[in-house]
Amino acid sequence: MKARHVASLLTGVLVLGAAQAQQTVNMPIVIELSGAGAVSGTNFRDGALMAIDEVNAKGGILGRRISSPVTDTQSNPGISRAQVQKAIDSDPYVILGPVFSGSVKVNMVLAQQAEIPQFTGAEAADITQMGNDYIFRTSFGQQVSMPKMANFIRDDIKAKSVAFLWVNNDFGKGGRDAFFKEMAARNIKIVADVSTESGQVDFAADIVKVKAANADAVFIYTNEEECARVLREARKQGVKVPLIGETTLIGQKVIDLAGEAANGAKGHVALTADAPIPAVLAFRDNFQKRFKYLPDHNGIKGYTAIYAVKHVTEKMGKFDRKLLAKTLHGLTIKPEQEPGVLMEATWDAKGDIDRISFLVEVVDGKQKVVQILPKLGK
Amino acid sequence: MADFLQLALSGVATGGIYALAAIGFVLLWQTSQTINFAQGEFVMLPAFFVLAAMKFGGLSFPMALLVGLLVALLVLGLLFKRLVVDPMLRHGVLPLVISTLALAIFLKESVKEFYAAEAQAFPAVWATTDLSIGGTVVSAQSLVIIAVAVSAVALLQYFLGATRTGRQMQATAQNPALARILGIPVERMILYTFLINAALVALASFLISPIYLAKFTNGETLGLVAFVAAIVGGFNQVRGAILGGLLVGVIDNFVAAYWSSQYRAAIPLFLLIAVILWRPQGLLGRAEERTV
Repeated sequence: MKARHVASLLTGVLVLGAAQAQQTVNMPIVIELSGAGAVSGTNFRDGALMAIDEVNAKGGILGRRISSPVTDTQSNPGISRAQVQKAIDSDPYVILGPVFSGSVKVNMVLAQQAEIPQFTGAEAADITQMGNDYIFRTSFGQQVSMPKMANFIRDDIKAKSVAFLWVNNDFGKGGRDAFFKEMAARNIKIVADVSTESGQVDFAADIVKVKAANADAVFIYTNEEECARVLREARKQGVKVPLIGETTLIGQKVIDLAGEAANGAKGHVALTADAPIPAVLAFRDNFQKRFKYLPDHNGIKGYTAIYAVKHVTEKMGKFDRKLLAKTLHGLTIKPEQEPGVLMEATWDAKGDIDRISFLVEVVDGKQKVVQILPKLGK
Repeated sequence: MADFLQLALSGVATGGIYALAAIGFVLLWQTSQTINFAQGEFVMLPAFFVLAAMKFGGLSFPMALLVGLLVALLVLGLLFKRLVVDPMLRHGVLPLVISTLALAIFLKESVKEFYAAEAQAFPAVWATTDLSIGGTVVSAQSLVIIAVAVSAVALLQYFLGATRTGRQMQATAQNPALARILGIPVERMILYTFLINAALVALASFLISPIYLAKFTNGETLGLVAFVAAIVGGFNQVRGAILGGLLVGVIDNFVAAYWSSQYRAAIPLFLLIAVILWRPQGLLGRAEERTV
């Protein structure tokens, strides 16, 4: 009698579990929540979670609620690989994250082999050059952003020489290679090439080297926390030439951490929560209301990734991972079709994304957009 | 020349902060045979006490600094001694060392779990302006840090050398048994040492966090550097700890500027190895004998 009861109970639980799984779609977030990438990863996660709640509140995707377990890569490529494997073992529809290029390069092979689309915040140029049909960016790669940055240095800053301070990881190395190529093409001399370490806290010696180079401008290409420390040290040592960056230097979190030292910094950003676009400003206000801090570009990456998946899935009318990847290649999603993407975005055959972008300056602790640059494809 | 001056100043400023942490290390060892491998986390934590006082208590920055200092004295001084050191020291130095290693992990993960994993901005007490000295622009921040660190050390040296309590603390460090016989309240002197260490690490925290940002991982680097500085300078001499801290700060900066940023972290370790091999008592330390 007892055994029969236990068996019935077990069967009931299994059936309930299966029914529950049928009503949800699994989209794990594998992201940096500690370590050097905590700022980027936390923003990405929170943007994604906000989008997930919005989508679920309206009935989910094709009637299925999104279930999104979050795991921490600790900004460590080895751990990120293990977390992605764990996510793959849970039979996900798509995988979101990580942001750090070094981690993505190590773990995207697993997602590729499992034929699971992966939406990453990484920007290293070579991520989409490795023949992976399942990797999709949520922001520009360096091969797109650096030419725009180089034009800004030549035409707006009018610098003939630049000191380049960069972080010695996959993100920094990729950016360095792309940047050097663009500077050479425009006959702008790089008079200092200063490499720094991920997680570095003391930049006194590096800023001394940069100052000694007497460049017309200083291009800072490190991750967010390090950017804030660099800005503080540059202010401390009285660096007077323009401090310019690409995405990270002028991000909102960096501005919050660097305080007054961030004022005057300029650069190019692919995404900004201060873009003069009503949908983006509404996203920023909702994000701040919910999470009590202003989002940076990583928040927009996570948010728009969810809506891109939603749009493509609804377009297909079914949940099919391989078809999602195939459909997204070459697809343009406009805000009129899917408001959650915030701005028109096009994915090419390699998974790179094309959107409008922005030239910004930090004024009184906020990003001020000074120019909007068109899509490359237009 | 300007670069050299700036590097030297930054190195001395950073070295001054390392020295504060190293002095605490040395004082704890001298008076109570405590090797505190959570010293780095002790430097990390007071900044978060201040941030928590501002965020959750709504206090102004100056008030929060005071609260942070008082909480540091209580938690990192009194509670550390009563709850960790006293119970473990009875079983020998090694169990205490392992306990402090565990404490370091506990403190680090607690901050990460209950406050934030991301770096936090920490206000500077001084204005971040520049000064021109002989045509060279130098950072006012570095000068202020040097001034504060030097003043703290000078005050400590005066306290230890010129006050009755300070001399009693020195007597306790030199020979606790004899000090007890002479009527010195040894337990109270040891407690004072822990409180002084807590005050020193709090000061180091308030000086370094505006530059490094407040982050739960700050203790990893600072703890190692403080340990190296104490060994290099001399683990049984406060002035050794001062020299060790300054040496490590300056060498680190010059190596990064004139040799290699990638290997800057290795140079203090090479220095440590060299000192242990050729002058194990440290540059200013006293050779000690041990009864067998």
